[in-house]
Amino acid sequence: MPDPVSGAGAYVAAAYIVFVTLVVVYVAIIGSKVARIERELDALARLVEEREP
Amino acid sequence: MTRPVFGRGLRPLAITTALATAAAGALVFFYAPIEADQGFSQKIFYIHVPMAIVALLGFVAAGVMGIRHLRSRDRSWDLRSYVAIHLSIILGVGVLVTGSIWAKASWGHWWRWEEPVLVSFLIVFLLYCVYFPLRFSIEDPDRQARYSSVFAITAGAFVPLNFVAVRLAEQVLHPRVFSQTGGDLPGEMFLTLLVSLVAMALLFVTLWKLELSAKHAAQQLKRLRARLELQAERRAEERVSVGSPS
Repeated sequence: MPDPVSGAGAYVAAAYIVFVTLVVVYVAIIGSKVARIERELDALARLVEEREP
Repeated sequence: MTRPVFGRGLRPLAITTALATAAAGALVFFYAPIEADQGFSQKIFYIHVPMAIVALLGFVAAGVMGIRHLRSRDRSWDLRSYVAIHLSIILGVGVLVTGSIWAKASWGHWWRWEEPVLVSFLIVFLLYCVYFPLRFSIEDPDRQARYSSVFAITAGAFVPLNFVAVRLAEQVLHPRVFSQTGGDLPGEMFLTLLVSLVAMALLFVTLWKLELSAKHAAQQLKRLRARLELQAERRAEERVSVGSPS
């Protein structure tokens, strides 16, 4: 197997890093959205509890 | 407790996707032979080609979902179509970047404008980039869903036409992977490509379901908040009418 940090190895590493970065960034964005939904849901649940006699 | 609509079976699907991706990675780096002509840089092929195929199939699937929406008027099909296009665009970015890296490694150029495969994919990608400004420029939800579905169907029909046109065009540099002669891929390389393709398709479906469930939860939350606000307004009105002299 060729040296992974030089020549063709560097191009292959770059291509796979691009792919992994895309997936990780996408999942992180969706994760942050889900966390925001959970926070809003908690706030709504508290609001409903406060309103109930 | 509400029934999960889009998130059903997400956990086993995510585990299967992780296993398939790990298997594909192992095959790419420890099983598939080094290609004689391009050498080690040909390993990019196993990520670039599955991404391109899955992105294009995602665009076509979004068109089919658009048809389901127009036929049933069920807006969940529009949401499915939107998320499929969104994911295919992200994969499209990956295809263009990894393709450029592979082109530089193999041909010495980042881009070749005379190559039909590259230019046609760029045209499809740019066509779908128009979808988002079109969708979000319409405020009425029903009209937004209807127009978006019409776009998804029209553009989705363009994808296979574009594919056939590229097949008929003269080859300059870019290889044809699935040709009538089987693409001349040795058995080990073809198996690695197939496993990579399955892993990429599973990743697409997993992320599609993940985004759909997040969007569906956000919509449900919005509806719930609107209903609570309406209830609070009604209670306030009732208190005013009870307290006022008749």
